[in-house]
Amino acid sequence: MLYFSVPLGKFVRRVSRLRGGGSALPGLVVEKIDPDFMRRTLSTLPLGVAVVSGTNGKTTTTKMVVELLESQGLKVFTNRTGSNFTRGVAAALLGEVDWRGRLDADVAVLELDEAHAVHFVNKVPPRYSLLLNVLRDQLDRFGEIDKTAELLQHIASKTTGTVVLNREDPRVARIAQTLDGPEVLYFGLDDSLLSTFPNDDDMRAAPGSPVPAAPARPAADVVLRRVGADDADFEYDGATVTTGMKLRGVYNIFNAAAALTLARGVSGARGTGTDQAGLLTALSKVAPAFGRGESLVVDGLPLELVLVKNPSGFRLGLKSFPAAGYATMIAINDNYADGRDMSWLWDVEFDTLRDSGVDQLTGSRAYDMALRLQYDDVAIGAVDTEIAPALAAFIRGGEGKPKRIFCTYTAMLAIRRELSKITTVEVVS
Amino acid sequence: MTPGSPETPHELSFGHELPPEDSAAPSKGTIRVLQLYPRDMNIYGDWGNALVLAQRLRWHGYTPELLEYNVGDPFPADVDLIVGGGGQDSGQLVIQDDLLSRESTLKQMADDGTPMLVICGLYQLFGKFFKTRLGSVLPGIGILDVETHGTDERLIGNVAVSSPEFGSILGYENHSGQTTLGPGVEPLGTTAKGTGNNSTDGQEGARYRNIVASYLHGSLLPKNPALADFLIRTAVERRYGSFTPGTPDDSYAVLAREHAARRPR
Repeated sequence: MLYFSVPLGKFVRRVSRLRGGGSALPGLVVEKIDPDFMRRTLSTLPLGVAVVSGTNGKTTTTKMVVELLESQGLKVFTNRTGSNFTRGVAAALLGEVDWRGRLDADVAVLELDEAHAVHFVNKVPPRYSLLLNVLRDQLDRFGEIDKTAELLQHIASKTTGTVVLNREDPRVARIAQTLDGPEVLYFGLDDSLLSTFPNDDDMRAAPGSPVPAAPARPAADVVLRRVGADDADFEYDGATVTTGMKLRGVYNIFNAAAALTLARGVSGARGTGTDQAGLLTALSKVAPAFGRGESLVVDGLPLELVLVKNPSGFRLGLKSFPAAGYATMIAINDNYADGRDMSWLWDVEFDTLRDSGVDQLTGSRAYDMALRLQYDDVAIGAVDTEIAPALAAFIRGGEGKPKRIFCTYTAMLAIRRELSKITTVEVVS
Repeated sequence: MTPGSPETPHELSFGHELPPEDSAAPSKGTIRVLQLYPRDMNIYGDWGNALVLAQRLRWHGYTPELLEYNVGDPFPADVDLIVGGGGQDSGQLVIQDDLLSRESTLKQMADDGTPMLVICGLYQLFGKFFKTRLGSVLPGIGILDVETHGTDERLIGNVAVSSPEFGSILGYENHSGQTTLGPGVEPLGTTAKGTGNNSTDGQEGARYRNIVASYLHGSLLPKNPALADFLIRTAVERRYGSFTPGTPDDSYAVLAREHAARRPR
């Protein structure tokens, strides 16, 4: 079986690529005929496997960890194309292994959807896991937020080396109490930044209401101390360093603290020391992952894509990217990958869009969005559920303004496909 | 305490704020809307229901006063309308004892005809009991003649309900408790798409006096303005004797309903 599973899988991968098909089919084929392929291949890596999971920021954080580790001279295998399912990992592996199934890498850094990460760690116990946050995302898929926390707890419990936890997310930090095997490292925030990161429980805390006495927080390996316009301060090893940042949005920069913590852990495990200056240089150069606040150029003007997929993410997006001076479009789809339930739009306030209004709405639930804005007294330009004509109208009618599009996942994919016809964008299928 | 009295605790909604009032027309009167346990029972856009009631009151020419009641608070007086939402299992445990301590107050208000909207978790707890999968029984406050049994099956997806009173009701369900109605309540309607109260009888929600109980999020009221206006009309008539409606623009609601109705389960 083992002799032909890899060549066959690679063949299927090549054929399905030629057909322009999805990335999971070859993974499915190899899983069926050679169920041990993934574990066997990944277990050969000298520094093991690191899993990145959580609700928000997996893609950008994974990208950061990969680039940070590459700055240390490590060869890193990752599932770059956003196939954050087990089968997607198998498919990505097929692309990287040679015809005899050998993977030329020091470490694997894998972004995994919470539910799929559980299946993955049952097959391949990771040496490292990085757990970012538990927010209200696609609860229609996972049931309830406490269940999502249980999924992350399971990932942590299967981790053999080091678990990196978000100290400021109570549901994630709490996981430490359930662990007795792996080492636990935290990444954290300066007190002055805590209020910019509401978790789902805090979202309803009264401004100025007494805050319940917080338990003493454990020491964090890396703390984000300050976020500037294009730089940030991180504290680790007892000193504070300032670095330039290409990433935008406070939540991306907090995830940089997460990535630093994991990268320091992995790189430190080599025993050859960490090139600290190299880490910071790499961090300053990390560009946003697709749709995570990246800026494209259309007709000589910037066009920013901001992925929104849950209430906290949408709130942070609105806070991080002020509307003044921009033309704004919002694209809301309700496909499976977006979440079918539209309730989440009612947990976001849109008052920051009240002054400038929203120029264009689109997506299969554009009218749900219109209704939401109506109840927040936000003026609406045009509504068209079809994305292509809505995008064309938005670009035409922008009046020489820079543009910003808030979009759900599948809406973003559709918008990128349309934009690729007029500008250079990475199209992700 | 009179409506509009400034000493009411939690004058404005936690975290969420109503848009500023911009109408120059004189108010036809104040209506006090109480959110039940917004701190612990606030999942899946429950704020949307409170926001819709407050904004539509304005659009009908009235002044909404949004109040909150959380665990341990004094219970506000002169409440005209109650809205309560869903929660996770952990949220339900937090409010359980406090809710039972308010049983007689809420029962009195219900029997007096106070309009109330209770969604999902509070719908269950307004019933007689919730029996978990493992057999433990959480008592409810028994205003509604319904009982709920925890199951392993999660009922998730878009729902369309046909209601004799309100026409077609659209929403989204996400629950594993299954509720059955006793003779003391009527169903809100029957499901044309989705599951509703339970996976056997095709009924969704419950009606008792002026209480509307439902499993539907979505949020429920934005896309179902007929339901919102029933609650508002009832509250205004009880306080002021009669209701003179305004003319809210429901064109987005109509289109949102058309598109939502075409989406898969």
